Amino acid sequence: MLKDLFPKKRKFATISPNQGAKDRVPEGLMNKCKRCGEILLSRELEKNVKTCPHCGYHFSMTAPERIDATLDEGSFVEFDAHLLTGDPLSFPDYPEKVQKAREMSGLDEAIVSGYGTIAGFPLYIAVMDFRFIMGSMGSVVGERLARTVERATDDGVPVVIFTVSGGARMQEGIFSLMQMAKVSAALRRHADAGRLYIAVCTNPTTGGVTASFAMQGDLNLAEPGAMIGFAGRRIIESTIRQQLPEEFQTAEFLLEHGMLDEVVHRKDMKPYLATVLAMHSKRGEPNGHRTAF
Amino acid sequence: MATELPFEKPLVELRVKIDELKRFTEEKGIDMSEEVATLEAKAKTLAESIYRDLKPWQKVQIARHPERPTALDYIRAMCGDFIELHGDRNFRDDPAMVGGVGLFRGRPVTLIGTQKGKDTKDNIHRNFGMAHPEGYRKALRLMKQAEKFQRPVFTFIDTAGAYPGAGAEERGQGEAIARNLIEMAGLRVPVVCVVTGEGGSGGALGLGVADEILMFEHAYYSVISPESAAALLWKDATQGQRAADTMCITAQDLKAFGIVDQIVPEPFGGVQRDRAEAVSALSDAFAQALDRLDALGMDALLERRYDKYRKIGNYREMTEELPKHSVAMQES
Ligand SMILES: [Zn+2]
Repeated sequence: MLKDLFPKKRKFATISPNQGAKDRVPEGLMNKCKRCGEILLSRELEKNVKTCPHCGYHFSMTAPERIDATLDEGSFVEFDAHLLTGDPLSFPDYPEKVQKAREMSGLDEAIVSGYGTIAGFPLYIAVMDFRFIMGSMGSVVGERLARTVERATDDGVPVVIFTVSGGARMQEGIFSLMQMAKVSAALRRHADAGRLYIAVCTNPTTGGVTASFAMQGDLNLAEPGAMIGFAGRRIIESTIRQQLPEEFQTAEFLLEHGMLDEVVHRKDMKPYLATVLAMHSKRGEPNGHRTAF
Repeated sequence: MATELPFEKPLVELRVKIDELKRFTEEKGIDMSEEVATLEAKAKTLAESIYRDLKPWQKVQIARHPERPTALDYIRAMCGDFIELHGDRNFRDDPAMVGGVGLFRGRPVTLIGTQKGKDTKDNIHRNFGMAHPEGYRKALRLMKQAEKFQRPVFTFIDTAGAYPGAGAEERGQGEAIARNLIEMAGLRVPVVCVVTGEGGSGGALGLGVADEILMFEHAYYSVISPESAAALLWKDATQGQRAADTMCITAQDLKAFGIVDQIVPEPFGGVQRDRAEAVSALSDAFAQALDRLDALGMDALLERRYDKYRKIGNYREMTEELPKHSVAMQES
């Protein structure tokens, strides 16, 4: 059945990052909640998809963890892993910085993209990872996103993008900026083809990512407490010469100001997405037809 | 009095000296014409050496020159008739973003641009050319109007960036720019943009998704201002020069990257030296771009626009069939 979804035969698939996710749980059995200070057992934290059971604080998640928590088990097939970071400006120390990020994160760029299912509903998914140079958007991020969206348009299935980003990848200069336009153009075609796009902002989503695909969803969603903004808090404070309120630029603040459709707790994200996918499929069933039962 | 830039100082000093000698000749009746001629020749050579090979940081300074023409200066000079239209129909009229309909060489076009002020008072009114979300939404309203009436869109970019203020964030600066990007990508009329001075990051790109991108010879276009880049890289905002040298932000760089389609030549020393010449060069560039775009059907135009952005990117693609982390997928 999987094969039917790929009009062009793809010979190779990468190993699902799910398999490695368990190894990446931080060492040590205890974690202290950054908000309420409660001591949490790692096992307890995992059970709550890395949210605090006491105050609801959302810990940061890696891309493999996110894919693991969002997609049906074993359904993820990674694409475009063979795209590697360039150095168009011959920027000082950039290749070294990339190499360090690779070693630290175990990823080769700030985004992982591919195909999978949620409750049986097929979708293309791209998930950013903050550990890789602050989730900044360079050419590989833009290219993986554009290819992901194009495949989704071709195959007629939805796209979900989880964002977490410090914004543009400064070391790629104008190439980084232009990825905003490139991904937007691909999403324009996806929209024109009548296909669904869901953007999910996670903590933090800023700069050029906010000013492009993070805000272009048919549904713009966010996790509780996520900081989402175009300009950084410190830049704004120095511009207006006053302190901003605590809740400024949080997901709840954006919801209140009409920029988001919903703030969804991480524990509810998968069923929420499943419901949205069902509402956008032909008869509320995976692949638009009833499976045998 | 013309504003002098730091690197123009030797030239300005030489010109002052020439003027003094001329005055001396007049007042005292002593013939200094030989000395004047020598110095004038020297000034000419000096000007050549300064302006023929401007460094990126010098270009940034020229691009920010307070006497550089603004969007409205170009628009009014290019169009016989121009009607400015105001407001986003939602919140307010943003004076940092201007737009309207004009007759360009007899043909109706929609013209939109970020607008800097002419002096301090005007700059405060114009927010130094840094638009709020309502500015980007006004721009989009005028673009959709252009689409309705099937007239081409010209956009003029000269901004340090979108305004980083509290109200701008509350009203969705990110969303406003994001919407312009996705809407401009599919706008069913020819779109030509020109970076006339500063092309500052997302705030510039919010008007910059076009079929053709023109750029003035000494304009710059960057993902981040050189000063901000320096602050991030070296924790020192005064190292803007070093950042400008590193970041490949000149029109010549962007042309070489295939991002900018055409460089519009500037009068010697910059557009502020001869506005009429600058306007004429820009008008010709717009007209030539329109000729190219008019020849295409709508589908071909949109296809070309898509491809223009789709191909921008610098990455390595491993050619071998088996990428690093891969295993062969079982045929089932
Ligand atoms: Zn807690």
